[in-house]
Amino acid sequence: MYKRINGKKNTGITKKKIGFVTLKEATPDIYEDLGFKCGLEVHQQLLTEQKLFCRCPAGKYQKGDDFQAEIVRHMRPTLSELGEYDGTALMEFKTRKNITYRLKNENACTYEIDDTPPFPLNREALGISIEIALLLKTSIVGELHITRKQYLDGSIPTGFQRTAIVGIEGLIPIRNKKIRIIQMSIEEDSCREISDIGHERIYSTDRLGVPLIETVTYPDMKTPAEAAEAGQYIRFLARSTGKVRTGIGAGREDVNVSIKGGTRVEIKGVSRIKWIPPLTHVEAFRQKALLEIKKILEERTKNVPEWEIRSTPVDNSILIKAGLPLKKEYKASGIRLPGFRAILSFFTQPEKTFADELSERVKVIACIEKPNIVHDEDSSSKIPDEVFSDIYTKTGGDEKDAFLVVFGPAGDIAMAEETIRERCLLAFQGVPNETRKAVNREGTTIFERVLPGPNRMYPDTDSAPIAIDDGYISKLGSDLPSDIYDREKIMKNWNIPEDTFPYIHVRNIFPVIKKISEELSYSPSFVGTIVGHRIKNVDGKNAISPGFDHSRLFDIFEFCEKKKLDSELVKLMIPVLLIHPNMDPESILSTIKFKKRDKKEIISNIPLLDKQFNTISKKNDPGAKKRWIMGQLRPIAVGNISLRELSNTINGGGNG
Amino acid sequence: MDDLFKGYKGETLKLLKKFNVRVWSEVDIKSSRGEFSGIILPRSENDDETHLVIKLVTGYNIGLETGTIKNIIEKGFKEANYKIPEKEFPYSEGKPNLKLFGTGGTIASRLDYRTGAVIPAFSPGELYGAVPELADICNLSTEKLFAVFSENMGPEQYIVLAKAIGEQIRNGIDGIIIGHGTDTMHHTASALSFMVQNSPVPIVMVGSQRSSDRPSSDAALNLIHAATTAAISDIAEVSVCMFGPTSDDYGLIHRGTRVRKMHSSYRSAFRTIGDVPIATVVRDKVTKIRNDYNKRRNDKDVNILPYFEEKIALIYYYPNMQPDMIDSLIEKGYKGIVIAGTGLGHVNKPLYPALERAQKAGVAVYMTVQTLWGFVHMFVYDTGRDMMSKGVIPSENMLPEVAYIKLGWALGQTDDLEKVKDIMLTPIAGEITSREPYNGYLIYQGGIPEVEELLKKYHK
Repeated sequence: MYKRINGKKNTGITKKKIGFVTLKEATPDIYEDLGFKCGLEVHQQLLTEQKLFCRCPAGKYQKGDDFQAEIVRHMRPTLSELGEYDGTALMEFKTRKNITYRLKNENACTYEIDDTPPFPLNREALGISIEIALLLKTSIVGELHITRKQYLDGSIPTGFQRTAIVGIEGLIPIRNKKIRIIQMSIEEDSCREISDIGHERIYSTDRLGVPLIETVTYPDMKTPAEAAEAGQYIRFLARSTGKVRTGIGAGREDVNVSIKGGTRVEIKGVSRIKWIPPLTHVEAFRQKALLEIKKILEERTKNVPEWEIRSTPVDNSILIKAGLPLKKEYKASGIRLPGFRAILSFFTQPEKTFADELSERVKVIACIEKPNIVHDEDSSSKIPDEVFSDIYTKTGGDEKDAFLVVFGPAGDIAMAEETIRERCLLAFQGVPNETRKAVNREGTTIFERVLPGPNRMYPDTDSAPIAIDDGYISKLGSDLPSDIYDREKIMKNWNIPEDTFPYIHVRNIFPVIKKISEELSYSPSFVGTIVGHRIKNVDGKNAISPGFDHSRLFDIFEFCEKKKLDSELVKLMIPVLLIHPNMDPESILSTIKFKKRDKKEIISNIPLLDKQFNTISKKNDPGAKKRWIMGQLRPIAVGNISLRELSNTINGGGNG
Repeated sequence: MDDLFKGYKGETLKLLKKFNVRVWSEVDIKSSRGEFSGIILPRSENDDETHLVIKLVTGYNIGLETGTIKNIIEKGFKEANYKIPEKEFPYSEGKPNLKLFGTGGTIASRLDYRTGAVIPAFSPGELYGAVPELADICNLSTEKLFAVFSENMGPEQYIVLAKAIGEQIRNGIDGIIIGHGTDTMHHTASALSFMVQNSPVPIVMVGSQRSSDRPSSDAALNLIHAATTAAISDIAEVSVCMFGPTSDDYGLIHRGTRVRKMHSSYRSAFRTIGDVPIATVVRDKVTKIRNDYNKRRNDKDVNILPYFEEKIALIYYYPNMQPDMIDSLIEKGYKGIVIAGTGLGHVNKPLYPALERAQKAGVAVYMTVQTLWGFVHMFVYDTGRDMMSKGVIPSENMLPEVAYIKLGWALGQTDDLEKVKDIMLTPIAGEITSREPYNGYLIYQGGIPEVEELLKKYHK
């Protein structure tokens, strides 16, 4: 007899069963018990005029619908992959994604669309990458060999990314340990995805070819917090050169996570460091859930190699009546998953269950947009029980089985069934090798692609090796910024508040603070606090003009010192500078309506104000009086007399 | 012995010998730059002698400067040995039987990931492994005639190829595909157009602009298009089948005598010049653009005319060309010269005496235009008439390379210059057309609004 189960309840039970806690609740022991391991691949665009392998300008972007021409390509696995690729990659090819590239003359030439071989590698980019490789303490190679790394998703029109190792085996410090670096490479950035719907994927070629470095760490991070810290350090280190791009998408991390018994899963394209902890946390528990599912399935299934799905056609009209977005010409197929009862509603991530693992693959591999499946453990679905009991009967169901309906364009259903079959078989092995992408800030991810096979690197026959001699390295090494770690020590000594450090690193303001405090008479803690609090505050509201450069801060300080203006004035001038980065200090002064006044002139007002206060206020409160006089004089005092001196003078009755 | 050190020379070779390691050794290397581990790879012959190449465990290759290396320890030895997976090409009753001739270009290939070498796939089984769609189109057999780069194809190969085609036709093949490097494909196409006449079946030449070892290669789709053309079309001519647009969209079937490679690297490099192509082709369909071609027949008759005189030259005229350029050819016993002249077919006056000397020496001299589009018109200016009086024969709208091939083929048959002229000026395979259609000359100019509109609307 067919009987439906309460999926919602089951999700709650299984969530508890795997011991899921939120990131906030999690203690380090939890990660230790899970056997949590995380490694990072930190990508950082370099600030160069031109792209890496052609002479197009780098860093010019346009909106997805702004293009001048389109071309279409299909990616085909090359012969060797046919032997080595797993079934899914081949299926992905067979489903035939039409990949459209959008071009604009301004930032793409025939190199981007693979109609011209590469031009010699951009030397400006190479120089920057070697500087950063030195900062990472890696061993620099003697000769750069440009290698092709295959990608079949279409994100690069050639089907491969040109990349080369600059250095290997480095080391970076984080708070309580050192993180080992596997390698640092220089490579061309890929296309930006505009959309991916059904069989059509659209890319923009604007970002393609922008010089990028990738720093790969060992899986040395044992908690989500360590992973974020390492990511932050590598980002700051690149920023400290002042030769890398900033802004959304200029720095991105691929985060590799595994737990004991699990598999390395890669979460791609994480563009904010603060997303690393929730993403790695949730992924660790997803793996835990999949391992638990594996255990259950193994107990239920005697002979895994003979495990097979059964399917039967389902009448569209019932599904349409139940409110599913089916087109008339769509086909629906009812599927029995032997031994999968209570698995489809098994908790995997917040708001997600095992059924989503199937649905997401059907979307990517069979190209059927979601919703593409309904199942009998979905408590919210309005599909009548008859649909499932009918599948139960027609496919020879058992009470240990799960039932679902997959629906979509007729031509894609066979692939969808195959995809579901394959994913279910992978469940017997535990955690599939795959790349995933973030969908929200809570750390939930969705399936992106099957991980490519291991043998996807081969030499680029279009480019010659480039020798990197000792002279070149020592020239680049002679002008390196100081270590982030050292910078923090110095700033601590300077008594700059520690909460300002991240902002100072991320905008690489340390050199300016150092210059101001060395060449002028301002204290570093004063400068650091202005930068780390006041400027950060404006920056956080996106109110800084794009043309602003932090080196301009020096000009303001220098100006005030030369003119013997009080340091308080700096605080009034800087907000104007942030909005009008090209305004000279004199004009800024007149913008804030500052007039140079003699100290004596200001002080001479005190006795008069003193009298005035006495007529306003009947109470004899010296504190209130002083505050009132200060308030009256402040607008003309700032910049002309220090507020402390003024205050002292008021105390002295204006005779100071 | 030196095979253990593939490609290494000088200091690096000494170093390898000193530490008793060889190519394919798995090694730990200590250097002044740090420590490196990997497998020693062969060194390309043209690269310098001062670097050692290793493959890291991550799959990347790097080079190390010999002078920085302090120690190398061999931990193991792993020689790469690659074979192409072969699957039997399925035979289907009722599908056309096609023959694929290989000349040396790689149509399909697999990569040797360690060396980066491209191993060509060629047997039907290998091709089936790479392009399984072929089995939906035809029954395929293959024969490797030569293994030369496109630029080394010449008269000797044209003749072997023509004879092999003749043999296949007489044996009743349904269509022929010729895999060819793209650089000189149009030369070979025109040679075969003259040497193989009255073919009852399609003879389709095909190549690729992006090597088949990359996922975005045009090789597989070109091969599928060529196979479809050879299998189901009724275009019984020598044609070239390559990408129409640079997008993976449709192929164009060009007449062998009017096609030319017009871009050094674009996928859509092959264009019909001064005329329109014969047809377009997609995976399973050929759509005619014109109807004036030789139709497929059921017989096995074909004329093979495998002749070629090698002492001929094609010279590209430039201002201030000196007469000794022509004189030296006469002196060296050249029998024919094709000139690609300026404009309507001109060269400068100082060359005239040399042209006279060529005439006296019995050298056949033919004029073509370096504008590629348009006819030679030597009656328009006096200078043209002067040249004709010195024996220079205008060759209508034959493309320079085609005139070169045809002159070699004509002189291969006879020394009688009148007969040669007769052969040269009688159209055989569309190399001379009686008229130029309005849409035979289309080089769109980018930037013009209506052209940009077109570009945005259709996949380029």
